[in-house]
Amino acid sequence: MNRVAVIGLGLTKFGEMWDSSFTRLFVEAGAAAVEDAGMDGKDIGAIYIGNMSGGRFIDQEHISSLIADRAGLNPISSTRVEAACASGGLAVRQAIMAINSGMHDIVVAGGVEKMTDVLTEKTTQTLATASDTEWEAFLGMTFPGLYAMMARRHMYEYGTTREQLAMVSVKNHRNAMDNPYAQYHTEITVEQVINSPLVADPLRLLDCSPITDGAACVILASEKKAKDFVDNPVYITGSGQASSTISLHSREKITTVDATVNAAEEAYKRAKKDAKDIQVAEVHDAFTIGEIVAIEGLGFFEKGKGGIATEEGLTERGGKIPVNTSGGLKAKGHPVGATGVAQVVEIALQLRGEAGKRQVDADIGLTHNVGGSGGTAVVHILEK
Amino acid sequence: MEGIVGYGVYIPRYRIKTEEIARVWGNDGESVKKGLMIGEKAVAGIDEDAATIAVEAARNALSRAEISAKEIGAIYVGSESHPYTVKPTATIVAEAVDATPELTAADFEFACKAGTAAMQAVLALVKSGMVKYGLAIGSDTAQGAPGDPLEYTAAGGGAAYIIGKNNPLATIEATYSFTTDTPDFWRREGQPYPRHGGRFTGLPAYFKHVSSAAKGLMDSLGKGPEDFDFAVFHQPNGKFPRVVAKKLGFEKEQFEAGILVDRIGNTYSGSSILGLAKVLDIAKPGQKILLTSFGSGAGSDAFSLVVEDSIEEKRPLAPLVEDYISDKVYIDYAIYVKLRKKIRV
Amino acid sequence: MSIPRFWRNIKSRYDLIGKQCKSCKSIYFPPRNFCPKCRRIGELEDYKLKGKGEVVTYTIIRTPPDGFDMVSPYIMGIVELEEGPMLTTQIVDADVNEIYIGMPVERVFRKIGEDGDAGLIYYGYKFRPAPKEE
Repeated sequence: MNRVAVIGLGLTKFGEMWDSSFTRLFVEAGAAAVEDAGMDGKDIGAIYIGNMSGGRFIDQEHISSLIADRAGLNPISSTRVEAACASGGLAVRQAIMAINSGMHDIVVAGGVEKMTDVLTEKTTQTLATASDTEWEAFLGMTFPGLYAMMARRHMYEYGTTREQLAMVSVKNHRNAMDNPYAQYHTEITVEQVINSPLVADPLRLLDCSPITDGAACVILASEKKAKDFVDNPVYITGSGQASSTISLHSREKITTVDATVNAAEEAYKRAKKDAKDIQVAEVHDAFTIGEIVAIEGLGFFEKGKGGIATEEGLTERGGKIPVNTSGGLKAKGHPVGATGVAQVVEIALQLRGEAGKRQVDADIGLTHNVGGSGGTAVVHILEK
Repeated sequence: MEGIVGYGVYIPRYRIKTEEIARVWGNDGESVKKGLMIGEKAVAGIDEDAATIAVEAARNALSRAEISAKEIGAIYVGSESHPYTVKPTATIVAEAVDATPELTAADFEFACKAGTAAMQAVLALVKSGMVKYGLAIGSDTAQGAPGDPLEYTAAGGGAAYIIGKNNPLATIEATYSFTTDTPDFWRREGQPYPRHGGRFTGLPAYFKHVSSAAKGLMDSLGKGPEDFDFAVFHQPNGKFPRVVAKKLGFEKEQFEAGILVDRIGNTYSGSSILGLAKVLDIAKPGQKILLTSFGSGAGSDAFSLVVEDSIEEKRPLAPLVEDYISDKVYIDYAIYVKLRKKIRV
Repeated sequence: MSIPRFWRNIKSRYDLIGKQCKSCKSIYFPPRNFCPKCRRIGELEDYKLKGKGEVVTYTIIRTPPDGFDMVSPYIMGIVELEEGPMLTTQIVDADVNEIYIGMPVERVFRKIGEDGDAGLIYYGYKFRPAPKEE
């Protein structure tokens, strides 16, 4: 693939944004990205929006039209893409393909989710629709439950400990302290995690990402066109997306998200890079076990060694490969449809050297976004 | 000759002790226990009902019958706690054991004797040649209003019988019924709990019908109590079956083997036929069994059975009644009201 | 779940009827309409599973979804059936402290849920600890 420039970044504050409607969230992120790119809305060729469930969260489908309309971007083509929590990653990938096809020079990839307009029960139910509703959720399975089963099996096969899971949370909360956009600015301890209420054994409340409102937006451009707006853009040099069984029970291995492995392989190949080249990564830690399985699947660590790597601090800022410098889904927050885009924003900031107190030294970064329990995975590689 | 080709039972694993119920209502547990001769009763789990119990019992019966469920031409489920007022339990069972679609099915209701009524109907279909095999089930999660004496006895459980002509484990020699309109116990449409006539349920109801049916059957066969190795009766409590058995002239060793009410309570449509299963679990080929049910309202069905050789090979193919009785978890009254949905969230 | 959607797979839900691919012999449960290995339509036939298997992994749901408050906490697990397929199921009649990976289990017929007091009752399979093989 031709590399694609990231010329604009926009993000809203993540959290329980009682004053912000769905529309206000995406308009805010979009306007910030356009301003960051120093461009005008009329330059945009197409819009791709990641959104998991406007239908269930705010009773609104036809999100694509709503967004173009409210952002004053009619008649620009607008498309909503959906792959549960990987919707945002998908939007970025669609934008890349639109540019690489030669059809458009400048494309917006956004993601938005308004999760707090409904009661928690409804939110939980909606998230469970990312699983196989007939053969998992209907039988009483919950979303944390699926990851809990992954965790249990990982502990059984590889000796991963309860404390190692907790350390993912502790690290990500620490990182979020330095991210003004994060939902939480509270440091937590391993003891707090392992004493928090059980949600689905062995996972506890502080192993789980929160319910979050938020939006994120990136503006992508062809390399040629990018020069009109910015001098030294960062580039997306690799993109990979893979599918796997929607239900966890149908996977070859419970502890391997094969969609992650396959998406990473494609992205590495396109970028002509290897796992060892990656210097910073945003990975999908909807649950602590998710990060451990991700850093193994992406090839940063050997299968089964994700827990011990976390314990040894290899994924800390200053470690072998800093993971989730933004605070991750756990502490930055997880507005499901926006997450995949927000990950690209964080890595772009790191490569630009604009990550403030959480800045790490990196020229090559990676984002990893998962839908459901692993039915979809999207991986992007960014370079300076 | 027609007979039982397979039988199976199911008893839920939860138990509540008589003393525990007595504690809540301020009664003296010991005297209630002595009066009713019931130590504890079986309580269905929160995800169990007459249909799930019927299915489990039917699957056990099928294991013993060693036939394809597709050969079953009729399924009748007797219960006074059918999960739906309108919509059959029998179709649920039929689908769950894979007997569909070529069969007839219906639900029966006759208080505690709906199971034996179903057995008679199925037997008739087999005798007439209308079906090759018929499945009759008695299954209940019986209701007793909080604080009502029935609460000490109303229990969950069921038994299933497959009746056919090929290689029965017990042949059914004869059956006889005694029925009148005697309103001793009832539940009106839309009401959650039954009502009853107190002591009126005894002499004019249970005792009259059970002894008349048992006698009627024995007379029609020219037999007496001495001709049977076992006598099994409907057991609403521990006292009634023992009293009626003695009155009819049976000895302890003939009727004690079939009594299980003291350990699981009154399983209504399942009661007498669970007693029969308990006897089949120990009976030897050639032994003779008298079974007499009772259903309030009121009526009794009596059966004369002869145990056949194949009992020995078929018995181990499914769990015994004792297996279910001994697999138990005690619950307190608080959990009991939750399981029985006497509290709502 | 809507009535037609529940009813359509009632045989699988009640009696573990899966599918077997006529060409590659793969067995599928939950049932599929299409063999993902052979990708030929119309090549799948009903295959009845015995309902015996082993716990591959499990969790105890402490924060139940709507409609499961009365059964909570409950064990959910992935069970690998003797015939090969794996399925997600509630595991009943087992104490939350006695469940373990590798536990032999067998299917049981239970209520999965109900649509309020007046709606449909949904029945289906759950699993329980199996008696030890002699």
